[in-house]
Amino acid sequence: MEEVLQLLAEDARLSAAQIAERVGRSEKEVRTAIEKLEAGGVIRRYKTVVDWEKAGIEHVYGFIEVRVSPERGAGFDAVAERIMGFPEVHSLYLMSGTYDLLVVIQGKTMREVAFFVAEKLAPLEHVLSTATHFVLKRYKVDGDVLAERAEVKRLPVTP
Amino acid sequence: MPKTGSRISHLVEALPPSGIRRFFELVEQMPEAISLGIGEPDFVTPWRVREAAIFSLERGHTHYTPNRGTKQLLTELARYLSRRLGLEYDPETELLITIGASEAVDAALRAIVEPGDGVLIGEPCFVSYSPCAVLAGGRAIPVVTRVEHAFQLQPEELAEADDGGARVLMLSYPSNPTGAIMTPEALHGVVQYARDRDLLIISDEVYAELTYNGSHTSVAAMPGARERTVLVGGFSKAWAMTGWRLGFAAGPADIIAAMTKVHSYTVMCPPTTAQEAAVEALRACDDAVEEMRRSYNQRRRVSLNRLNAMGLECFEPKGAFYAFPSVGRTGLGSEEFAERLLREEKVAVIPGNAFGACGEGFVRCCYATSMELLEEAFARMARFAARASG
Repeated sequence: MEEVLQLLAEDARLSAAQIAERVGRSEKEVRTAIEKLEAGGVIRRYKTVVDWEKAGIEHVYGFIEVRVSPERGAGFDAVAERIMGFPEVHSLYLMSGTYDLLVVIQGKTMREVAFFVAEKLAPLEHVLSTATHFVLKRYKVDGDVLAERAEVKRLPVTP
Repeated sequence: MPKTGSRISHLVEALPPSGIRRFFELVEQMPEAISLGIGEPDFVTPWRVREAAIFSLERGHTHYTPNRGTKQLLTELARYLSRRLGLEYDPETELLITIGASEAVDAALRAIVEPGDGVLIGEPCFVSYSPCAVLAGGRAIPVVTRVEHAFQLQPEELAEADDGGARVLMLSYPSNPTGAIMTPEALHGVVQYARDRDLLIISDEVYAELTYNGSHTSVAAMPGARERTVLVGGFSKAWAMTGWRLGFAAGPADIIAAMTKVHSYTVMCPPTTAQEAAVEALRACDDAVEEMRRSYNQRRRVSLNRLNAMGLECFEPKGAFYAFPSVGRTGLGSEEFAERLLREEKVAVIPGNAFGACGEGFVRCCYATSMELLEEAFARMARFAARASG
Protein backbone atom coordinates (compact mmCIF):
# COMPACT_ATOMS: atom_id res chain seq x y z
CA MET A 1 0.00 0.00 0.00
CA GLU A 2 2.74 2.43 0.99
CA GLU A 3 4.63 1.48 -2.16
CA VAL A 4 1.55 2.17 -4.32
CA LEU A 5 1.16 5.60 -2.71
CA GLN A 6 4.84 6.37 -3.16
CA LEU A 7 4.66 5.51 -6.85
CA LEU A 8 1.56 7.65 -7.35
CA ALA A 9 3.01 10.54 -5.37
CA GLU A 10 6.00 10.41 -7.72
CA ASP A 11 4.00 10.01 -10.93
CA ALA A 12 0.21 10.39 -10.74
CA ARG A 13 -0.19 9.28 -14.33
CA LEU A 14 0.95 5.70 -13.75
CA SER A 15 -1.78 3.24 -14.68
CA ALA A 16 -2.96 0.53 -12.31
CA ALA A 17 -1.38 -2.00 -14.68
CA GLN A 18 2.01 -0.28 -14.52
CA ILE A 19 1.90 -0.04 -10.75
CA ALA A 20 0.80 -3.67 -10.44
CA GLU A 21 3.76 -4.83 -12.50
CA ARG A 22 6.23 -2.82 -10.45
CA VAL A 23 4.98 -3.90 -7.05
CA GLY A 24 4.34 -7.51 -8.06
CA ARG A 25 0.54 -7.53 -7.52
CA SER A 26 -2.38 -8.13 -9.86
CA GLU A 27 -3.86 -5.19 -11.72
CA LYS A 28 -7.22 -5.84 -10.09
CA GLU A 29 -5.75 -5.75 -6.59
CA VAL A 30 -4.04 -2.46 -7.28
CA ARG A 31 -7.12 -0.93 -8.91
CA THR A 32 -9.23 -1.86 -5.89
CA ALA A 33 -6.61 -0.50 -3.50
CA ILE A 34 -6.45 2.83 -5.35
CA GLU A 35 -10.24 3.16 -5.41
CA LYS A 36 -10.31 2.57 -1.69
CA LEU A 37 -7.59 5.15 -1.11
CA GLU A 38 -9.49 7.66 -3.21
CA ALA A 39 -12.81 6.94 -1.50
CA GLY A 40 -11.23 7.15 1.95
CA GLY A 41 -9.67 10.52 1.18
CA VAL A 42 -6.10 9.24 1.51
CA ILE A 43 -5.58 10.22 -2.11
CA ARG A 44 -7.01 13.76 -2.19
CA ARG A 45 -6.48 14.48 -5.88
CA TYR A 46 -3.95 14.27 -8.70
CA LYS A 47 -2.10 17.37 -9.77
CA THR A 48 0.85 18.55 -11.81
CA VAL A 49 4.09 20.10 -10.64
CA VAL A 50 4.56 23.17 -12.85
CA ASP A 51 7.62 25.37 -13.13
CA TRP A 52 5.59 28.52 -13.80
CA GLU A 53 8.65 30.64 -14.29
CA LYS A 54 9.82 28.42 -17.12
CA ALA A 55 6.38 28.69 -18.69
CA GLY A 56 6.81 32.47 -18.69
CA ILE A 57 3.99 32.89 -16.18
CA GLU A 58 5.29 34.85 -13.21
CA HIS A 59 4.07 34.12 -9.72
CA VAL A 60 5.00 35.98 -6.60
CA TYR A 61 4.95 34.21 -3.26
CA GLY A 62 4.65 36.03 0.03
CA PHE A 63 5.18 34.33 3.38
CA ILE A 64 3.13 36.24 5.91
CA GLU A 65 3.71 35.77 9.63
CA VAL A 66 0.45 36.49 11.38
CA ARG A 67 -0.04 36.98 15.12
CA VAL A 68 -3.62 36.46 16.23
CA SER A 69 -5.52 36.39 19.49
CA PRO A 70 -7.22 33.03 19.69
CA GLU A 71 -10.97 32.99 20.12
CA ARG A 72 -12.56 31.57 23.17
CA GLY A 73 -13.90 28.09 22.37
CA ALA A 74 -12.63 28.05 18.77
CA GLY A 75 -8.91 28.66 19.37
CA PHE A 76 -7.12 29.48 16.14
CA ASP A 77 -9.42 27.45 13.94
CA ALA A 78 -12.08 30.10 13.43
CA VAL A 79 -9.65 32.74 12.24
CA ALA A 80 -7.83 30.15 10.15
CA GLU A 81 -11.16 29.30 8.55
CA ARG A 82 -11.64 32.94 7.56
CA ILE A 83 -8.16 33.18 6.11
CA MET A 84 -8.07 29.97 4.13
CA GLY A 85 -11.27 30.84 2.30
CA PHE A 86 -9.43 33.38 0.16
CA PRO A 87 -8.25 31.80 -3.10
CA GLU A 88 -5.09 33.91 -2.91
CA VAL A 89 -4.04 31.82 0.12
CA HIS A 90 -1.81 29.06 -1.24
CA SER A 91 -1.01 27.38 2.10
CA LEU A 92 -1.80 28.02 5.73
CA TYR A 93 -0.09 26.60 8.81
CA LEU A 94 -0.48 26.99 12.57
CA MET A 95 3.03 27.46 13.95
CA SER A 96 4.87 27.20 17.22
CA GLY A 97 7.21 30.08 18.09
CA THR A 98 6.98 33.85 17.87
CA TYR A 99 3.93 34.06 15.63
CA ASP A 100 0.82 31.93 15.17
CA LEU A 101 -0.18 31.49 11.54
CA LEU A 102 2.02 31.24 8.49
CA VAL A 103 0.07 32.31 5.43
CA VAL A 104 1.55 31.70 1.99
CA ILE A 105 0.04 34.02 -0.60
CA GLN A 106 0.38 33.47 -4.31
CA GLY A 107 -0.09 36.52 -6.51
CA LYS A 108 0.89 37.94 -9.88
CA THR A 109 2.86 40.88 -8.50
CA MET A 110 4.33 42.00 -5.18
CA ARG A 111 1.85 44.83 -5.23
CA GLU A 112 -1.03 42.40 -5.48
CA VAL A 113 0.26 40.38 -2.53
CA ALA A 114 0.91 43.50 -0.47
CA PHE A 115 -2.59 44.80 -1.21
CA PHE A 116 -4.12 41.52 -0.16
CA VAL A 117 -2.31 41.66 3.15
CA ALA A 118 -3.25 45.28 3.73
CA GLU A 119 -6.88 45.01 2.65
CA LYS A 120 -7.95 41.52 3.62
CA LEU A 121 -5.55 39.94 6.09
CA ALA A 122 -4.40 42.68 8.45
CA PRO A 123 -7.87 44.16 9.12
CA LEU A 124 -9.37 40.77 10.08
CA GLU A 125 -10.78 40.60 13.55
CA HIS A 126 -8.35 38.89 16.00
CA VAL A 127 -5.34 39.57 13.73
CA LEU A 128 -2.84 41.48 15.86
CA SER A 129 0.00 41.97 13.41
CA THR A 130 1.46 40.76 10.14
CA ALA A 131 4.99 40.60 8.74
CA THR A 132 5.37 40.01 5.01
CA HIS A 133 8.36 38.23 3.42
CA PHE A 134 8.62 37.88 -0.35
CA VAL A 135 10.17 34.84 -1.99
CA LEU A 136 13.09 35.83 -4.19
CA LYS A 137 13.94 32.45 -5.65
CA ARG A 138 12.51 28.95 -5.34
CA TYR A 139 15.23 26.30 -5.14
CA LYS A 140 13.32 23.24 -3.97
CA VAL A 141 9.57 22.89 -3.66
CA ASP A 142 7.76 19.89 -2.15
CA GLY A 143 10.81 17.71 -2.64
CA ASP A 144 11.40 18.78 -6.24
CA VAL A 145 14.61 20.63 -7.00
CA LEU A 146 13.73 23.34 -9.52
CA ALA A 147 17.24 24.45 -10.46
CA GLU A 148 18.66 22.97 -13.67
CA ARG A 149 21.53 20.62 -13.07
CA ALA A 150 24.00 18.99 -15.39
CA GLU A 151 23.20 15.31 -15.90
CA VAL A 152 25.51 12.92 -14.05
CA LYS A 153 27.15 10.66 -16.60
CA ARG A 154 28.26 7.06 -16.14
CA LEU A 155 30.67 5.14 -18.36
CA PRO A 156 28.66 3.32 -21.03
CA VAL A 157 29.95 -0.15 -20.12
CA THR A 158 31.41 -1.36 -16.82
CA PRO A 159 31.96 -4.83 -15.40
CA MET B 1 67.05 -4.50 -28.08
CA PRO B 2 64.55 -6.98 -26.74
CA LYS B 3 61.88 -7.91 -29.26
CA THR B 4 58.44 -6.30 -28.99
CA GLY B 5 56.35 -7.53 -26.13
CA SER B 6 59.11 -9.29 -24.29
CA ARG B 7 59.48 -6.57 -21.72
CA ILE B 8 56.03 -7.44 -20.41
CA SER B 9 55.91 -10.33 -17.97
CA HIS B 10 54.62 -13.49 -19.61
CA LEU B 11 52.07 -13.86 -16.84
CA VAL B 12 50.46 -10.55 -17.71
CA GLU B 13 50.94 -11.03 -21.43
CA ALA B 14 49.01 -14.29 -21.20
CA LEU B 15 46.04 -12.75 -19.38
CA PRO B 16 43.15 -12.50 -21.82
CA PRO B 17 41.80 -8.96 -22.27
CA SER B 18 38.45 -8.48 -20.55
CA GLY B 19 35.58 -9.36 -22.89
CA ILE B 20 33.88 -6.25 -21.61
CA ARG B 21 36.70 -4.01 -22.76
CA ARG B 22 36.09 -4.73 -26.46
CA PHE B 23 32.43 -4.01 -25.99
CA PHE B 24 33.18 -0.80 -24.18
CA GLU B 25 35.02 0.45 -27.25
CA LEU B 26 32.12 -0.46 -29.53
CA VAL B 27 29.56 1.26 -27.34
CA GLU B 28 31.73 4.32 -26.87
CA GLN B 29 31.46 5.02 -30.59
CA MET B 30 27.68 5.16 -30.21
CA PRO B 31 26.93 7.81 -27.61
CA GLU B 32 23.21 7.75 -28.45
CA ALA B 33 22.87 4.05 -27.56
CA ILE B 34 20.87 3.07 -24.47
CA SER B 35 23.24 1.12 -22.28
CA LEU B 36 22.12 -1.80 -20.15
CA GLY B 37 25.79 -2.66 -19.88
CA ILE B 38 26.63 -0.59 -16.84
CA GLY B 39 27.51 -2.48 -13.67
CA GLU B 40 26.73 0.26 -11.20
CA PRO B 41 23.78 2.07 -9.60
CA ASP B 42 22.13 4.94 -11.45
CA PHE B 43 21.66 6.69 -8.11
CA VAL B 44 24.12 9.27 -6.91
CA THR B 45 25.54 8.61 -3.41
CA PRO B 46 23.02 9.79 -0.76
CA TRP B 47 23.58 13.45 0.03
CA ARG B 48 24.29 12.94 3.72
CA VAL B 49 27.21 10.68 2.78
CA ARG B 50 28.57 13.23 0.32
CA GLU B 51 28.05 15.96 2.88
CA ALA B 52 30.03 13.99 5.46
CA ALA B 53 32.89 13.79 2.96
CA ILE B 54 32.79 17.53 2.40
CA PHE B 55 32.85 18.12 6.15
CA SER B 56 35.80 15.75 6.50
CA LEU B 57 37.73 17.75 3.89
CA GLU B 58 36.78 21.04 5.51
CA ARG B 59 38.24 19.87 8.79
CA GLY B 60 41.46 19.06 6.96
CA HIS B 61 41.34 15.29 7.38
CA THR B 62 43.65 14.68 4.47
CA HIS B 63 46.31 12.47 6.02
CA TYR B 64 47.00 8.74 5.97
CA THR B 65 44.92 6.54 8.23
CA PRO B 66 46.06 3.26 9.84
CA ASN B 67 46.59 0.52 7.24
CA ARG B 68 43.50 -1.41 8.23
CA GLY B 69 41.28 1.67 8.19
CA THR B 70 40.07 4.14 10.80
CA LYS B 71 39.03 2.78 14.16
CA GLN B 72 35.70 4.52 13.79
CA LEU B 73 34.88 2.82 10.48
CA LEU B 74 36.11 -0.60 11.64
CA THR B 75 33.92 -0.36 14.74
CA GLU B 76 30.93 0.78 12.72
CA LEU B 77 31.51 -2.03 10.21
CA ALA B 78 31.60 -4.65 12.99
CA ARG B 79 28.26 -3.32 14.24
CA TYR B 80 26.82 -3.36 10.75
CA LEU B 81 27.88 -6.99 10.08
CA SER B 82 26.31 -8.01 13.36
CA ARG B 83 23.12 -6.03 12.73
CA ARG B 84 22.54 -7.00 9.10
CA LEU B 85 24.16 -10.42 8.67
CA GLY B 86 24.26 -11.73 12.22
CA LEU B 87 28.06 -12.07 12.05
CA GLU B 88 30.40 -11.14 14.89
CA TYR B 89 33.88 -9.90 13.95
CA ASP B 90 36.49 -8.27 16.15
CA PRO B 91 37.13 -4.82 14.68
CA GLU B 92 40.71 -4.91 15.94
CA THR B 93 41.84 -8.15 14.33
CA GLU B 94 39.24 -9.53 11.95
CA LEU B 95 38.35 -6.63 9.65
CA LEU B 96 40.19 -4.78 6.90
CA ILE B 97 39.03 -1.77 4.89
CA THR B 98 40.11 -2.01 1.24
CA ILE B 99 40.05 -0.09 -2.03
CA GLY B 100 36.74 -1.52 -3.18
CA ALA B 101 35.74 -5.15 -2.88
CA SER B 102 38.16 -5.74 -5.78
CA GLU B 103 41.23 -5.09 -3.67
CA ALA B 104 39.88 -7.34 -0.93
CA VAL B 105 39.57 -10.24 -3.41
CA ASP B 106 43.07 -9.60 -4.73
CA ALA B 107 44.65 -9.32 -1.27
CA ALA B 108 42.84 -12.44 -0.05
CA LEU B 109 44.10 -14.49 -2.99
CA ARG B 110 47.64 -13.18 -2.61
CA ALA B 111 47.56 -13.88 1.10
CA ILE B 112 46.60 -17.53 0.80
CA VAL B 113 47.50 -18.92 -2.63
CA GLU B 114 50.71 -20.95 -3.01
CA PRO B 115 52.24 -21.28 -6.50
CA GLY B 116 50.16 -23.68 -8.54
CA ASP B 117 47.24 -23.85 -6.10
CA GLY B 118 43.89 -24.38 -7.73
CA VAL B 119 41.24 -21.70 -7.23
CA LEU B 120 37.74 -22.98 -7.92
CA ILE B 121 35.67 -20.20 -9.43
CA GLY B 122 31.94 -20.50 -9.95
CA GLU B 123 31.08 -19.11 -13.39
CA PRO B 124 29.59 -17.04 -14.93
CA CYS B 125 31.10 -14.46 -12.59
CA PHE B 126 32.62 -11.03 -12.25
CA VAL B 127 35.54 -10.66 -14.65
CA SER B 128 38.41 -10.20 -12.23
CA TYR B 129 38.48 -13.39 -10.15
CA SER B 130 40.31 -15.58 -12.61
CA PRO B 131 42.99 -12.98 -13.54
CA CYS B 132 43.54 -12.19 -9.84
CA ALA B 133 43.97 -15.90 -9.07
CA VAL B 134 46.56 -16.17 -11.84
CA LEU B 135 48.38 -13.01 -10.75
CA ALA B 136 48.55 -14.48 -7.24
CA GLY B 137 50.37 -17.49 -8.71
CA GLY B 138 47.40 -19.81 -8.66
CA ARG B 139 45.48 -21.71 -11.30
CA ALA B 140 41.93 -20.64 -12.05
CA ILE B 141 39.61 -23.63 -12.24
CA PRO B 142 36.24 -22.63 -13.68
CA VAL B 143 33.22 -24.37 -12.19
CA VAL B 144 30.07 -24.41 -14.26
CA THR B 145 26.77 -23.21 -12.82
CA ARG B 146 23.58 -23.80 -14.78
CA VAL B 147 20.28 -22.08 -15.30
CA GLU B 148 18.52 -25.37 -14.37
CA HIS B 149 19.92 -24.87 -10.88
CA ALA B 150 19.10 -21.16 -10.89
CA PHE B 151 22.85 -20.60 -11.31
CA GLN B 152 23.55 -21.90 -7.82
CA LEU B 153 26.84 -23.65 -7.29
CA GLN B 154 26.40 -27.44 -6.88
CA PRO B 155 28.78 -29.70 -4.93
CA GLU B 156 28.66 -32.17 -7.87
CA GLU B 157 29.91 -29.52 -10.27
CA LEU B 158 32.66 -28.61 -7.82
CA ALA B 159 33.76 -32.23 -7.55
CA GLU B 160 33.77 -32.57 -11.32
CA ALA B 161 35.94 -29.49 -11.85
CA ASP B 162 38.31 -30.10 -8.92
CA ASP B 163 41.51 -31.84 -10.05
CA GLY B 164 42.58 -32.48 -6.47
CA GLY B 165 44.83 -29.42 -6.40
CA ALA B 166 42.23 -26.91 -5.34
CA ARG B 167 42.85 -24.97 -2.15
CA VAL B 168 40.52 -22.04 -2.54
CA LEU B 169 36.86 -21.66 -3.47
CA MET B 170 35.78 -18.32 -4.90
CA LEU B 171 32.08 -17.61 -4.41
CA SER B 172 30.01 -14.59 -5.37
CA TYR B 173 26.34 -14.34 -4.45
CA PRO B 174 24.15 -12.39 -5.12
CA SER B 175 25.74 -12.85 -8.51
CA ASN B 176 26.99 -10.46 -11.09
CA PRO B 177 26.08 -11.26 -13.92
CA THR B 178 23.20 -13.67 -13.28
CA GLY B 179 21.37 -12.05 -10.36
CA ALA B 180 21.28 -15.50 -8.71
CA ILE B 181 21.38 -15.97 -4.96
CA MET B 182 22.33 -19.07 -2.96
CA THR B 183 19.65 -20.46 -0.66
CA PRO B 184 20.88 -21.55 2.79
CA GLU B 185 20.33 -25.19 1.69
CA ALA B 186 22.49 -24.73 -1.39
CA LEU B 187 25.14 -22.95 0.68
CA HIS B 188 25.14 -25.82 3.11
CA GLY B 189 26.16 -28.31 0.41
CA VAL B 190 28.95 -26.07 -0.83
CA VAL B 191 30.28 -25.42 2.67
CA GLN B 192 30.21 -29.16 3.34
CA TYR B 193 32.29 -29.70 0.22
CA ALA B 194 34.79 -27.02 1.29
CA ARG B 195 35.10 -28.61 4.73
CA ASP B 196 35.61 -32.09 3.29
CA ARG B 197 38.40 -30.85 1.01
CA ASP B 198 39.76 -28.33 3.49
CA LEU B 199 39.24 -25.42 1.08
CA LEU B 200 39.41 -21.78 2.08
CA ILE B 201 36.45 -19.75 0.85
CA ILE B 202 36.60 -16.22 -0.50
CA SER B 203 33.04 -14.94 -0.74
CA ASP B 204 32.42 -11.70 -2.60
CA GLU B 205 29.11 -10.49 -1.20
CA VAL B 206 29.22 -6.94 -2.48
CA TYR B 207 25.52 -7.22 -3.49
CA ALA B 208 24.45 -8.54 -0.06
CA GLU B 209 22.06 -5.64 0.54
CA LEU B 210 20.36 -6.08 -2.81
CA THR B 211 18.15 -9.13 -2.46
CA TYR B 212 14.45 -9.11 -3.25
CA ASN B 213 12.90 -12.19 -1.68
CA GLY B 214 13.99 -12.03 1.91
CA SER B 215 17.34 -11.04 3.30
CA HIS B 216 20.77 -12.29 2.33
CA THR B 217 22.47 -15.24 4.01
CA SER B 218 26.22 -14.95 4.15
CA VAL B 219 28.37 -18.01 3.59
CA ALA B 220 30.20 -17.05 6.77
CA ALA B 221 26.97 -17.56 8.74
CA MET B 222 26.80 -21.25 7.79
CA PRO B 223 27.91 -23.76 10.44
CA GLY B 224 31.61 -24.51 10.17
CA ALA B 225 32.22 -21.86 7.49
CA ARG B 226 33.39 -18.84 9.43
CA GLU B 227 36.87 -20.10 10.29
CA ARG B 228 37.64 -20.86 6.63
CA THR B 229 35.93 -17.89 4.99
CA VAL B 230 37.06 -14.44 3.94
CA LEU B 231 33.89 -12.41 3.53
CA VAL B 232 34.30 -9.57 1.04
CA GLY B 233 31.91 -6.64 0.78
CA GLY B 234 31.83 -3.04 -0.24
CA PHE B 235 30.03 0.26 -0.33
CA SER B 236 29.73 0.55 -4.11
CA LYS B 237 26.42 -1.12 -4.77
CA ALA B 238 24.02 -0.68 -1.84
CA TRP B 239 25.17 2.86 -1.00
CA ALA B 240 25.80 3.84 -4.64
CA MET B 241 29.44 4.64 -3.89
CA THR B 242 31.29 3.04 -6.83
CA GLY B 243 33.57 5.98 -7.45
CA TRP B 244 34.67 6.21 -3.80
CA ARG B 245 36.48 2.86 -4.09
CA LEU B 246 35.78 1.44 -0.68
CA GLY B 247 35.30 -2.17 0.35
CA PHE B 248 36.17 -4.50 3.17
CA ALA B 249 37.19 -8.00 4.18
CA ALA B 250 36.11 -9.89 7.28
CA GLY B 251 37.71 -13.15 8.29
CA PRO B 252 39.86 -15.14 10.69
CA ALA B 253 42.58 -13.02 12.32
CA ASP B 254 45.53 -14.85 10.72
CA ILE B 255 44.24 -14.34 7.20
CA ILE B 256 43.23 -10.73 7.83
CA ALA B 257 46.73 -10.07 9.24
CA ALA B 258 48.31 -11.57 6.10
CA MET B 259 46.00 -9.56 3.85
CA THR B 260 46.84 -6.42 5.82
CA LYS B 261 50.52 -7.07 5.12
CA VAL B 262 49.86 -7.24 1.36
CA HIS B 263 47.56 -4.23 1.55
CA SER B 264 50.05 -2.13 3.54
CA TYR B 265 52.74 -2.66 0.88
CA THR B 266 50.49 -2.08 -2.12
CA VAL B 267 47.97 0.62 -1.19
CA MET B 268 49.01 1.71 2.33
CA CYS B 269 45.52 2.59 3.45
CA PRO B 270 42.11 3.33 2.01
CA PRO B 271 41.23 6.96 1.18
CA THR B 272 40.55 8.99 4.31
CA THR B 273 37.67 11.01 2.90
CA ALA B 274 35.87 7.91 1.67
CA GLN B 275 36.27 6.22 5.05
CA GLU B 276 34.73 9.13 6.92
CA ALA B 277 31.86 9.21 4.43
CA ALA B 278 31.35 5.46 4.85
CA VAL B 279 30.86 5.89 8.60
CA GLU B 280 27.86 8.07 7.80
CA ALA B 281 26.65 5.48 5.26
CA LEU B 282 26.66 2.73 7.88
CA ARG B 283 25.20 4.86 10.63
CA ALA B 284 22.44 6.78 8.99
CA CYS B 285 21.51 5.44 5.58
CA ASP B 286 19.35 2.35 6.16
CA ASP B 287 16.32 4.21 4.79
CA ALA B 288 18.17 5.43 1.71
CA VAL B 289 19.39 1.90 0.99
CA GLU B 290 15.87 0.55 1.45
CA GLU B 291 14.48 3.12 -0.95
CA MET B 292 17.03 2.22 -3.61
CA ARG B 293 16.39 -1.48 -3.13
CA ARG B 294 12.67 -0.89 -3.57
CA SER B 295 13.28 1.02 -6.77
CA TYR B 296 15.57 -1.72 -8.17
CA ASN B 297 12.95 -4.31 -7.27
CA GLN B 298 10.28 -2.46 -9.27
CA ARG B 299 12.57 -2.33 -12.27
CA ARG B 300 13.55 -5.96 -11.77
CA ARG B 301 9.93 -7.08 -12.05
CA VAL B 302 9.35 -5.01 -15.18
CA SER B 303 12.59 -6.28 -16.77
CA LEU B 304 11.76 -9.91 -16.09
CA ASN B 305 8.27 -9.51 -17.59
CA ARG B 306 9.54 -7.74 -20.72
CA LEU B 307 12.32 -10.26 -21.37
CA ASN B 308 10.06 -13.27 -20.96
CA ALA B 309 7.34 -11.59 -23.07
CA MET B 310 9.78 -11.13 -25.97
CA GLY B 311 10.71 -14.81 -25.82
CA LEU B 312 14.14 -14.32 -24.23
CA GLU B 313 13.63 -16.80 -21.45
CA CYS B 314 14.91 -15.40 -18.18
CA PHE B 315 15.09 -17.09 -14.81
CA GLU B 316 14.06 -14.87 -11.92
CA PRO B 317 17.04 -12.92 -10.60
CA LYS B 318 16.64 -12.55 -6.85
CA GLY B 319 19.57 -10.30 -6.14
CA ALA B 320 21.96 -7.64 -7.51
CA PHE B 321 20.59 -5.53 -10.40
CA TYR B 322 21.04 -7.78 -13.40
CA ALA B 323 18.82 -9.97 -15.53
CA PHE B 324 20.51 -12.77 -17.46
CA PRO B 325 18.18 -13.90 -20.24
CA SER B 326 18.90 -16.70 -22.68
CA VAL B 327 19.18 -15.59 -26.30
CA GLY B 328 18.83 -19.19 -27.51
CA ARG B 329 15.50 -18.55 -29.21
CA THR B 330 17.14 -16.18 -31.70
CA GLY B 331 19.66 -18.80 -32.80
CA LEU B 332 22.41 -16.23 -32.20
CA GLY B 333 25.44 -16.58 -29.94
CA SER B 334 25.91 -14.11 -27.07
CA GLU B 335 28.39 -11.93 -28.89
CA GLU B 336 26.53 -11.88 -32.18
CA PHE B 337 23.31 -11.03 -30.36
CA ALA B 338 24.91 -8.20 -28.41
CA GLU B 339 26.76 -6.79 -31.38
CA ARG B 340 23.78 -6.86 -33.73
CA LEU B 341 21.47 -5.45 -31.05
CA LEU B 342 23.88 -2.59 -30.60
CA ARG B 343 24.30 -1.87 -34.30
CA GLU B 344 20.69 -2.40 -35.35
CA GLU B 345 18.76 -1.03 -32.38
CA LYS B 346 21.38 0.89 -30.42
CA VAL B 347 20.95 -0.98 -27.18
CA ALA B 348 24.01 -2.24 -25.31
CA VAL B 349 23.94 -5.47 -23.31
CA ILE B 350 26.96 -7.55 -22.32
CA PRO B 351 27.55 -10.96 -23.94
CA GLY B 352 27.28 -13.64 -21.27
CA ASN B 353 30.53 -15.31 -22.27
CA ALA B 354 32.44 -12.24 -21.03
CA PHE B 355 31.76 -13.74 -17.59
CA GLY B 356 33.00 -17.24 -18.34
CA ALA B 357 32.50 -19.84 -21.06
CA CYS B 358 29.27 -21.17 -19.52
CA GLY B 359 27.73 -17.71 -19.91
CA GLU B 360 27.52 -18.40 -23.65
CA GLY B 361 23.94 -18.23 -24.87
CA PHE B 362 23.01 -15.50 -22.40
CA VAL B 363 23.38 -11.73 -22.16
CA ARG B 364 23.60 -9.52 -19.09
CA CYS B 365 21.10 -6.68 -18.85
CA CYS B 366 21.62 -4.24 -16.01
CA TYR B 367 18.31 -2.72 -14.96
CA ALA B 368 19.86 0.02 -12.83
CA THR B 369 18.72 2.66 -15.28
CA SER B 370 15.60 4.83 -15.45
CA MET B 371 12.24 3.16 -16.06
CA GLU B 372 11.74 5.28 -19.21
CA LEU B 373 15.05 4.15 -20.71
CA LEU B 374 14.38 0.55 -19.66
CA GLU B 375 11.01 0.52 -21.40
CA GLU B 376 12.52 2.00 -24.55
CA ALA B 377 15.47 -0.42 -24.48
CA PHE B 378 13.19 -3.44 -24.04
CA ALA B 379 10.87 -2.25 -26.83
CA ARG B 380 13.86 -2.08 -29.17
CA MET B 381 15.16 -5.40 -27.95
CA ALA B 382 11.78 -7.06 -28.53
CA ARG B 383 11.77 -5.72 -32.11
CA PHE B 384 15.26 -7.11 -32.62
CA ALA B 385 14.51 -10.47 -31.01
CA ALA B 386 11.43 -10.94 -33.22
CA ARG B 387 13.45 -10.07 -36.32
CA ALA B 388 16.39 -12.28 -35.39
CA SER B 389 14.16 -15.22 -34.54
CA GLY B 390 12.68 -14.91 -38.03
